[in-house]
Amino acid sequence: MSLVLDTLSIMAICAGAFFFFAGTVGLLRFPDALSRLHALTKADNLGLGLVVLGLLPRTGSLLASLKLVAVWALIQLAGATAAQLIARAARRKGPAP
Amino acid sequence: MTDFLLATAGFILFTVAVGLIRILGGPSNADRMMAAQLLGTGGITSLLLVASATGVHGVEDVALGLALLAAFASVAFVNSAAPPEPDDPQRANGG
Amino acid sequence: MSVLQALDIGLAALVLAVAVWTIFAREAFAAVVGYVAYGLLLSIVWVRLFAVDVALTEAAIGSGVTGVLLIGAAARLREAENAAADEQPSEPQRFWASFLCVLVTLALARVVLSLPDPAPTLAPEAAQKLAGTGLGNPITAVLIAFRSFDTMLEKVVLVLAVVGVWSLAPDCYWGGAPGAPRAARPESTLAFLAQLLPPFGILIGIHIFWVGADEPGGAFQGGAILAAMWMITMMARLTEAPPVSSIWLRLALIAGPAVFLATGVAGVAMASGFFAYPAGFAKPLILFIKAFMTLSIAVTLPMLVAGPPRRLPRR
Repeated sequence: MSLVLDTLSIMAICAGAFFFFAGTVGLLRFPDALSRLHALTKADNLGLGLVVLGLLPRTGSLLASLKLVAVWALIQLAGATAAQLIARAARRKGPAP
Repeated sequence: MTDFLLATAGFILFTVAVGLIRILGGPSNADRMMAAQLLGTGGITSLLLVASATGVHGVEDVALGLALLAAFASVAFVNSAAPPEPDDPQRANGG
Repeated sequence: MSVLQALDIGLAALVLAVAVWTIFAREAFAAVVGYVAYGLLLSIVWVRLFAVDVALTEAAIGSGVTGVLLIGAAARLREAENAAADEQPSEPQRFWASFLCVLVTLALARVVLSLPDPAPTLAPEAAQKLAGTGLGNPITAVLIAFRSFDTMLEKVVLVLAVVGVWSLAPDCYWGGAPGAPRAARPESTLAFLAQLLPPFGILIGIHIFWVGADEPGGAFQGGAILAAMWMITMMARLTEAPPVSSIWLRLALIAGPAVFLATGVAGVAMASGFFAYPAGFAKPLILFIKAFMTLSIAVTLPMLVAGPPRRLPRR
């Protein structure tokens, strides 16, 4: 059983790391601020979610697992709203893309 | 398993570093405002991986605090670089 | 070289690189962003050193609140930045400044490298006496039981800082409120975040304060998170900063150090001496003190960030 859990963890964490990599590639290669913002928030949030999923079997208690999920939910909320705010600010400061 | 977790943490830190190069050197302030986002997400991920690999206790609370403060820092960055309502006149008299 | 060592070296190099970038940044806003990045990376370093309480404090106050404080200062200095750019120091001045900095660095390196190994420490004695305080977290025991006088004085320093910030107000504004007034129609996205995030933030802040007795956490970290939540609502213009003449604000500011000092003085009568806790009653008393300290910190930090009063007082 623990071998299955370990394998699932490794797969989830690998997927998360891949999304981080994809997000950074987008951050480097996209032409303007808004698309870079898109790559950053969407890919990195998904990456964090997958890593959290992979780490859930390794936590000691139910409360710790719930806290990890809460971290992901908070980052989703804050990330989505901050992306809106930054996009609004970027659009106001420069020419419309 | 722990080696794998540490290697992933190092890889994610590496992507954060590369992302930071882009963000901190970015042409506009909008790029720099994204720094809090990148560091918050990437930093929390590496933190959780390192702590799980080295057996540190109580790190979920640090992650929760970091998430809240990344949100707070993002709002502060945006507010300072581009205030949402630049033409709202400051009322000189409180009454 | 093991994976752990490679990770440590990479982390140290990244911290150094961000620090160097922060020093060489052109504008103040960019430098502050670099400083916040540096603080967040440092909290990962603290976790690597198994100091979770310090990691939480670094993330909360070292990079979070201090970063926002610096951004506010940078925004206020923006008008003066052009004038200051013309006042660059001359070549000989810069040479001697860098020479002295290198001297100080070499002296520090010499001292650090010549420290005895293992370094002298009181940690074993502190760990032995931990059971007497009823606490499970040795950091909290050191802060509030073993060197409580120091901690109380630190809170007094915070109050002095607020007094210093308020004293920057022009005479006509004394008694007024700092910061921007409440907006009639706040911007919707920011208002959404400021309405949804603080309930969770308050819950988490109180949880971190409460759990600090036995697990990593404590009054300072919990108070900083509560302060950040209040500051988010103020930045969204959903609430406004209270006027500096308001009584409840002043009471909240001094509540922490006042309760701490009162307990210390009461220790003369009820326990063995100044700042001694009665045996068996230590833990509830410590939590009582920490609650008021959390309140004070949650009120002090936003007042520091809000700045001196900028609006006329209500008559």
